[in-house]
Amino acid sequence: MNETINEAINLTIDGVEVTVPKGTTVLQAAERAGVVVPHYCYHPGIPSRPAQCRMCLVEIEGQPKLQPSCVLAATDGMSILTQSDTAKEARRSVIEFLLLNHPVDCPICDAAGQCMLQDYAYETHQLESRSHEAKLVLGRDRIADDILYFADRCILCTRCVRFMRDVAGDEALLVAQRGHKAYIDTFPGKDLENEFRGNIVDVCPVGALVHEDFLFKARSWDMDSAPSVCPGCSNGCNIDIAVKENQIVRVKPRYNADVNGFWMCDHGRKNLVMANRGSRIDLPLIRRNGQLEAVHWGEALEWLAANLPDGSSGHAVVSAFDATESLAAVRALLGKLGIEGGGYRMSRGHEAELGGFPQLKLRAERAPNAAGAELFGFGESDGLPEVSDGDTLVVVGDRLADAPAEYGAGAGFFLYIGSHLSDAVRNATAILPTTTFAEMEGTFVNHEGRVQRFHQALVPPGVARPTWMILRRLLTLGSEVEGPLEARDAFAVAAAESGKLAGLSWDEVGLKGVNPGGSTAPAAK
Amino acid sequence: MGYPHSHELEVGTILSRHFGDPEARDLKTWLTYGGYEGLKKALDMDPAEITTVVKDSGLRGRGGAGFPTGLKWTFMPQEKKGPHYLCCNADESEPGAFKDREILRWVPHLLIEGCLIAARAIHAEHAYIYVRGEYFPFTNILNDAVVQAYEAGYIGEKILGSEWNCDLTVHIGAGAYIAGEETGLMSSLSGGRAEPKIKPPFPAQSGVFGSPTTVNNVETLAAVPMIVVNGSDWYRQWGTEKSPGTKLWCCSGNLVRPGNYELELGVSLKDVIYEVCGGAPNGKRIKAVIPGGSSTAMLTPDELDVPSTYEGLQEAGSSLGTASPIVLDEDVNIVQAMRRIADFYAHESCGQCVQCREGTSWVAQILKRIEVGEGRLSDLDTLYDLCEQLTGRTICVLADSVVFPLRSSLDKFRGEYEALIGGRA
Repeated sequence: MNETINEAINLTIDGVEVTVPKGTTVLQAAERAGVVVPHYCYHPGIPSRPAQCRMCLVEIEGQPKLQPSCVLAATDGMSILTQSDTAKEARRSVIEFLLLNHPVDCPICDAAGQCMLQDYAYETHQLESRSHEAKLVLGRDRIADDILYFADRCILCTRCVRFMRDVAGDEALLVAQRGHKAYIDTFPGKDLENEFRGNIVDVCPVGALVHEDFLFKARSWDMDSAPSVCPGCSNGCNIDIAVKENQIVRVKPRYNADVNGFWMCDHGRKNLVMANRGSRIDLPLIRRNGQLEAVHWGEALEWLAANLPDGSSGHAVVSAFDATESLAAVRALLGKLGIEGGGYRMSRGHEAELGGFPQLKLRAERAPNAAGAELFGFGESDGLPEVSDGDTLVVVGDRLADAPAEYGAGAGFFLYIGSHLSDAVRNATAILPTTTFAEMEGTFVNHEGRVQRFHQALVPPGVARPTWMILRRLLTLGSEVEGPLEARDAFAVAAAESGKLAGLSWDEVGLKGVNPGGSTAPAAK
Repeated sequence: MGYPHSHELEVGTILSRHFGDPEARDLKTWLTYGGYEGLKKALDMDPAEITTVVKDSGLRGRGGAGFPTGLKWTFMPQEKKGPHYLCCNADESEPGAFKDREILRWVPHLLIEGCLIAARAIHAEHAYIYVRGEYFPFTNILNDAVVQAYEAGYIGEKILGSEWNCDLTVHIGAGAYIAGEETGLMSSLSGGRAEPKIKPPFPAQSGVFGSPTTVNNVETLAAVPMIVVNGSDWYRQWGTEKSPGTKLWCCSGNLVRPGNYELELGVSLKDVIYEVCGGAPNGKRIKAVIPGGSSTAMLTPDELDVPSTYEGLQEAGSSLGTASPIVLDEDVNIVQAMRRIADFYAHESCGQCVQCREGTSWVAQILKRIEVGEGRLSDLDTLYDLCEQLTGRTICVLADSVVFPLRSSLDKFRGEYEALIGGRA
C-alpha cells in the first residue's frame, strides 16, 4: 500500500486534478476524474491493447500529436485535454469514417439504444454524411451455431477476436482480408464452439455480433433489467437479466472482480432463457374428498396447520435451486413436523474453465445453492427417498419431473411446495405455488461460500409466493409473532438460524456478495 | 542479361559494382571479388567497435526514413538477457522502388555478409531476411547463396573458426506492403498478421518473438561490409556531411533511360532526372516527379534543382524516401495517376486504424469519381480535409503516405482536378 502512495502520480484531465498509481493509463485516470474517453477497441477485461480504433485519442497539452489514451501511461504533471478542438475533431472524423460503409440500419438492429457507434454519432451531430460513394456491402454470416455476424455493422475493433485469443485462450476468430474489405471470420475448417463464445456478443460495442436467441426479440428501451446471480452452476456468476413483457429475453454477465469478471459461460445464458418452460402452479391446491381443490392462501395455510401430521415417519426433498431464505424456512418447518435429514438432488455435468479468468468456471455441480442447502443440514442425495405407505413426504422446489407418475401416491401426507406441475406432483395432498428464483429476491451461496444477492426480475404467476414467505407465515400462524415480510428480514432470520452466516447483514452482502469464510476484502471495484 | 544503362555520375563501387554479373552469385567467384573480407575483419572486432565504425560512417537507413544505422544498433540492450534478433527488411513494395531486388538477385553474398556483421554488432544469434512474397525468383538466388555460405562455414556454428555462432533464415512474406513496416514485418515473422504495432515497446525492447530486435533495410546492410573493410572515412568521401555515402536510385516512368543507378548522395535531383536518365522521351515535357517512391510529395520540374539528400528533399517539401523517382510527362493525367496511387494504399491498408482503413479507400473513391467526370468542387474541400484527418492519427504512416502525394497534387495541379470537374458544385 505504501508503495502505491510513494508512486502516486498527479495529473489533470480537462482541468480536473486526479491522483493515480504509477502504471495507470490516461484513459483509466480519466475514468477516476469522472471523464469518459470514448473508445472501441479498449476493453478493461481484455489484456491486449492494440490502440487501433483511434477513438480515444486525446491531446496532451503542449504536444501537437494526439495520443491514444488507452495505452498512454499517465505521468506526473501531465495535462490532458479530451475536449480540445483537435481531440473533438479527431473523434468526429473517426465516426464519419466508421459510418462511410455502415448500413445505418438502427431501426432493425438489436444494438440500437445500446450502441456506442450510435451514441457517438449523435453526440458528434453526424446525422448526414459528406460521402457520395456507394456503400461497400459485405453481408452477414453465421459465425457460430447461435451467433450471427453482421459484417456491415462491424467496426473491426477486434474485441471479439481478442476475447477469444486473450481470455478464452482459443484462437477461434480472426480478421480476414484487410483494409476496408476486412471482416471477422472463423479459421477455415474450424468452428467457433467455445463454451464462452457468448461473451463476444457482449464485448461487441455495436450490433455486429448478435445472439440468435435474442435476434429481433426486443428493443433495448423496451426491456427492464434486474441484477441477479446465474443459477446454471455453483460458480455464482453475477448477471443482469433483461426482461420484456415478463419474459427473460437475454442474460448478460454483470461485472464482479471476485467471481466472474466481465464474463459468463454459454450454459448459464441458455439455461436461464429456457428457465420458465413447463406448466406453472399458480394457486394453492388442497386435497379434499380425493380431489385437488383450488383455495385462497388463508384457507390453504389454515387447512395445513390443522392437517399436517407431526412426529410421524417422514421424508424431505429440497432443491439446491432454492434461495437460502427458503431453505432455512423449510428446515424450520421440518423441525416442527419432527422430520430429520432431508436432501437435494443435483445434476452434474462437464466442467469448463475460462483460461484468462480462472475463477470463472462452469462447475460440475449444476445448481446455484448447494452450499446454502448444506448450511441448513441438507445433504446431496442420489435419488428420491423411498416412501412407505403412510409416511409423510415434504417436497420443496424439486420439480419431480423425472419421478415415476405414482411417486408419493401412497404417502400418508404429501406436501408439495414448488413452481411447476409434473405427474408426481399431482399425487400431493397439498400443493403450494412458489416463485422461481427470478421472481423473488434472495441469496445463493456459491461453491466457495460466497453469499450473493439476486433481485426480482419477473412478476410471479397467479398468487405464487416465495417459499420462505409461505412457510414463515405457516409457522407463525395464530401466534403473536409475525414472520418476516421482506427478503432482507427473511435473510436476517436465516442468517441467525444458520450459525455460519450469523451477523451478516443484507446491506453488507450488497450487489457484489460477501464470503464470510474466505478473505473478507470486498471486491476491488 | 546485362545492365542496360550506366552514367559517368555513377559510383559503382559499393553496391552495384557486380550488378549484371551472374558469376557474382557464386561463392567461389564472390571470394575472388573480395567477398566476406568484412566479416573476417568483424570477427576480430568487438561488437561495440563495429557499431562505432558504422556510426562514424554516417550511414543512414535506406528503407526511406534515413535513420542513422549505427545509432539504431546502440538501442539494443547492452546486457543480454535473452536472444537478440536481426531482421533484414527485404519486403520492398513501395511503388517505384526496385533497388533491394537488384541486390538480392546480383550480390546475395554481399547482403548475407552485411547481415552477419550487423548481427554480430547487436549480439544477435539469428538473422532473418524477410523477403517480399512476389520476389520469388530472387529469393531462390538468395537461398542458393545462403546454402553455399552455410556449407563454407560463413553462417552457422563457430563461424570461420571463431567462437561466434549465428544462423540466418530467409523468410518469404505473403505479399503485403504493410509487412515492410518494421513492426508489421515483425508481427508477420512472428506468425501473426502483418499489422503494425503501437510503440512503445520499441523493437529494440520487444520485437520478433518478444525479443530485442533490430530491423535494417537490404541496401543499408549491403553497405556495411565495405564500410567495415575500408573504414568510415572512406565511406564519407561520397555524399554530404549529413547524408554520406552512395545511394541506389530506381528511376521509372517517362524517362529515356529508366533503371538502377548508384549515385553519390547530394547530386542534384535535376541531374538524376535529366542527365542520368535523359529526361522524358520523345521530346515531351516533364509534368511532375514523385521523387522517393509513391508515398512522397510530387515536385514540379522547376522544383527539381535540389541536392538529393535526406535534408535537401525535405527542404523542397518532399522526401528522398527510397530514392525511387517516378517521372510523369505532360501526357499523364495527374488525377488518374493520383487515383492509382490511392488505390494502392487503399488496397494495402492493414485495416486496423479506422482513419486509414476507411479514409484511404474513400480518397480513392472520390478520385475515381473525379476521374470519370462525376466530381464536384466540394470534393476538393473534402480531399483537403481528409489530408488533415489522415495525418498523424494512426499507428503507422501508411495513411500519411497517401496524404503526401495527394496534398501536393491538389496544391500543384488543382487546375487538372477542376478541369475534370467542370464547375459542378
